[in-house]
Amino acid sequence: MAEQREFFFRRLHSLLGVVPIGIFLVQHLFVNHFAVYGEEEFNKAAGFMAGLPFVLVIETLVIYLPILFHAVLGVYIVFTSRYSTRRYGFFRNWMFALQRFTGIYLVIFIAWHIWETRVQVGLGHADVDYSLMEGILSSTPMFIFYLLGVISAVFHFANGLWSFLVTWGITQTPKSQRVSTYFCLIVFLVVSYLGVRSLITFAYGV
Amino acid sequence: MAEQSKVTFIITRQDGPDAAPYEETFEVPYRQNMNVISALMEIRKNPVNSKGEQTTPVMWDMNCLEEVCGACSMVINGTARQSCAALVDQLEQPIRLEPMSTFPIVRDLIVDRERMFDALKQVKAWIPIDGTYDLGPGPRMPENKRQWAYELSKCMTCGVCLEACPNVNDSSNFIGPAAISQARLFNAHPTGEMNASERLNGLMEDGGIDGCGNSQNCVQVCPKGIPLTTSIAAMNRATNIQAFKNFFGSDTAL
Repeated sequence: MAEQREFFFRRLHSLLGVVPIGIFLVQHLFVNHFAVYGEEEFNKAAGFMAGLPFVLVIETLVIYLPILFHAVLGVYIVFTSRYSTRRYGFFRNWMFALQRFTGIYLVIFIAWHIWETRVQVGLGHADVDYSLMEGILSSTPMFIFYLLGVISAVFHFANGLWSFLVTWGITQTPKSQRVSTYFCLIVFLVVSYLGVRSLITFAYGV
Repeated sequence: MAEQSKVTFIITRQDGPDAAPYEETFEVPYRQNMNVISALMEIRKNPVNSKGEQTTPVMWDMNCLEEVCGACSMVINGTARQSCAALVDQLEQPIRLEPMSTFPIVRDLIVDRERMFDALKQVKAWIPIDGTYDLGPGPRMPENKRQWAYELSKCMTCGVCLEACPNVNDSSNFIGPAAISQARLFNAHPTGEMNASERLNGLMEDGGIDGCGNSQNCVQVCPKGIPLTTSIAAMNRATNIQAFKNFFGSDTAL
């Protein structure tokens, strides 16, 4: 039997995108949404997450390592595709291209985001609280950078969830794949709302 | 018609596998109900381009002329399809012909589809029944299963799905949709089913089913309307289960 390592890595890539990364993304945006209820509420929620036992171990196993693997293999996947939306302008082909485009944007965005809000905090230069985010997002270019980052992340998750269902052989018939498209669209809209709403509160205080 | 009208063809040509491609324009006298192949035959009879220069005849591949062999696939006005079934009356002019560049080009419009046949070998897309004695009749196939399996059996290895697939290219080793669907066809057969795990393990080899990125172009372009994405999803499920069996162990693993 020939090598089956690629198969394993690609399946792992698909799985990690939803569990744990997708779940983490949703949880992250849920916690962020506390900002809408006020500075106090957000600091309490963020403090709760930061105060979890073994937080660094959890972060490493649930967030950093999975994202690192997903990003490295993902960038490889992006550069082994030939994009053909001009010739074949089908809906799914556009989703295919957007999935890869948002992936590349997210590698840049997440690297920056971790540097700004985690590494700096770890080094003791900053604290994770409302005022940190307020300071970052009050600049318009950063607000746009974050807005695109959040929308890209949620799109990448929602569309990735759709392909996850296909990759794991859950949705097979065209009908089930169509229904799951609508389901993932709802996921995209709801989770995007959470993320964007809290960004607006951080930036403009409303 | 008193005056004979002309049809313009812009053909991407290439003199050999390593030669540089170039475009050449031809004016072909219009005939009623002509298809792209009859126009290419016209050019072969009189290989003179639109500038009036004598040139070499355009080479292309063909066989059955009724859209069942898959040999005459080429990119016609940007869409990969069979040239025998491409009617001039239904095409926008000038008509642009290009080879399917996903495949190695042999000459002009002729491509080498060998990778598709290698892919069929990788997934063992046949039913091994050869032996030293008559095995008798095989198990019967349920009629409803036969009906959808028949749709899969229409695949003619024409290469249009590979041409449209963004993940089949020089930098990837993806097997392509056709062979994945063929593995499903032979696994659906009551006798072929006896070797199902061999085909699934073939699909799981490097460059196998995992290369699918779900762009779903294949199912849109397939000239035979084969439900390729359903086949891919079905084989995704089957290979995942096979992978668990292989790892955790089971008497049906191999």
